Amino acid sequence: MTRIPIFGSRLALSTVLTAAMACGAQAASPTAQAPASSGKAVYEHWCAPCHAAGPGHPGTQSLQIKYGGKLPAVLLERTDLAPQAVAVFVRQGVLLMAPFRKTEITDAELAALTAYVAGNFKNP
Amino acid sequence: MAVPPDVSPTAFNAALAAWRQAVGAEWVFTTAEDVALYRDAYSPYWGEPEERVAAAAVAPATLEQVQAVVRAANQHGVPLYPISTGRNLAYGGSAPVYSGSVVLDLKRLNRVLEVNERNAYALVEPGVSYFDLYDHITKAGLDVWIDPPDPGWGSVIGNALDGGAGWTAAPFRDHFGSHCGMEVVLASGEVVRTGMGALPNSKSWQHNRWGFGPWVDGLFRQSNFGVVTKMGFYLMPRPEALVSATVTTSRDEDIVPMMDVLNLLENQHVVNGSTSIFGGLGRPGGNSAAWTITLPIYGPEEVVRAQMRYAKAKYAAIPNVNFVEGELFCTPLSAEAQARVRLVNFGIPNLSTFAMLGRSPANPEPDGGHIGFSPIVPRTGESLLEFKRFYSENLLKVSGGENLGIVGPVYMTCWEHTLVCLIMFPIGRDKTRNAKMRAAFKGWVALAAERGWAEYRAPAAFQDMVSDTYSYNNHALRRLRETIKDAVDPKGILSAGRYGVWPKHLRKT
Repeated sequence: MTRIPIFGSRLALSTVLTAAMACGAQAASPTAQAPASSGKAVYEHWCAPCHAAGPGHPGTQSLQIKYGGKLPAVLLERTDLAPQAVAVFVRQGVLLMAPFRKTEITDAELAALTAYVAGNFKNP
Repeated sequence: MAVPPDVSPTAFNAALAAWRQAVGAEWVFTTAEDVALYRDAYSPYWGEPEERVAAAAVAPATLEQVQAVVRAANQHGVPLYPISTGRNLAYGGSAPVYSGSVVLDLKRLNRVLEVNERNAYALVEPGVSYFDLYDHITKAGLDVWIDPPDPGWGSVIGNALDGGAGWTAAPFRDHFGSHCGMEVVLASGEVVRTGMGALPNSKSWQHNRWGFGPWVDGLFRQSNFGVVTKMGFYLMPRPEALVSATVTTSRDEDIVPMMDVLNLLENQHVVNGSTSIFGGLGRPGGNSAAWTITLPIYGPEEVVRAQMRYAKAKYAAIPNVNFVEGELFCTPLSAEAQARVRLVNFGIPNLSTFAMLGRSPANPEPDGGHIGFSPIVPRTGESLLEFKRFYSENLLKVSGGENLGIVGPVYMTCWEHTLVCLIMFPIGRDKTRNAKMRAAFKGWVALAAERGWAEYRAPAAFQDMVSDTYSYNNHALRRLRETIKDAVDPKGILSAGRYGVWPKHLRKT
């Protein structure tokens, strides 16, 4: 997988060489949706695509570089994020993360989201 | 509370009252705090008087509510600016082109109305994102793919209407070109359905895009003639396999025959995946080739292997060109394979593109946003070489002799028969730096126009300038569009200025 760090990003394709394999008849199976709290559901829909663990998550990548490991790069592992701080980032955005409007995340959903994301918050 | 330009407070209050009645007071946004959420986060005029900002926003949830909102706006002469999911970042985001318009936020029209596996199509509303449609299909266990663009949070309808592109097979990557039927609310509030949808009780709306008589769908692309509330889209039956090859050369001039073969293979539909051309930067595998072309092919395994043999034979006729066949991926992807492929090539939406655009080891202090200048040039090797020279000769001149961190050119072959050469400009919150980017952007537009090149799509702030470059026969095309605008939206309430089309009362010429 090769990528170059530019915006338009029509720029990647696997060129990995491996032995040829035959395509089997695997059937697609729908993923079961686990019951989720409202805050968790909002997080998974709106935040996880950028902030989940692992490569390919730009928010996680950004926070890894920003904090250099002094704070967890994965949002849900943070213990220093107060609900109010989460709300500020959601409604004001930061860098390339544009703010989320109330038609995307309502005030009620934001309250549930901030409680969920800040679930590990330890007030010093 | 802000009031739209040329609208009296009395008229605006009357419109607001009608909207609150129609959609509920909680979905009419007038406070500065709420309206600020509609600012364009990537505006090249951020924080300056020229920044395009909304006066208010209104968010209906049904077709009938859209009609009521539009009727009230028309009655009271209030300018509206419809958005779908509002994530058209780099092209204006959720902000209007005409500052002071009221954003008509369609995010709450978020229903996937139908996904038909047998005939491979979907019918959706504008608030449906690529993530939403993918989730719907996945949960239903349907064996069809969507065609995601780079960021998966965009609207399926909005991306098509703005001229967006995706990453799977050729028939689906032109998102407007792969639509079939639309529903549109006109400025009068009247609803039109196009194609077979114009037939009462139609059972074939997504089975034939043309219907009967003049086809009008194109009038609503990059347009301001109506508010699109439903669209059908063709879907890709899951292909059995994807195989790709990488073609390289060490000689600059070889790009001419390499492009001729690429065009042949794509025009024959032997190569149907989203090909890529790399020259001078970002070569796959970090090779030192002058040019690299990648050739993805989708289809049944036996067929794509045969097609790849054919492609290899065609490239073998060019001396000095190296052809390496890559891994064949079977679908559905295994978890192991899914972790190492580019997901959009497999119809899986995601946001990983922002990992390239945001803070990264190569760019630890990014500006934030970006805009792109993306002219269409002839799809030939000669044009590639000309654009490469054009870029290197003018980069510093256009930037006032300063290295602004402009990135390019990126060669995009996302649509058959078309070559786009993209140049990208970082945009942030530094007004001085943004001004330099704007000047450079305008410089590229003017220089390209001298060569007969112009953009396929543009940031809101530059749509007038780009539209002006399409000036054949004293702007005959723009004047035709203005004639249509005056006929279908005589009060000029819809998306004034979008893609260079202004209503009569706001035209400068």
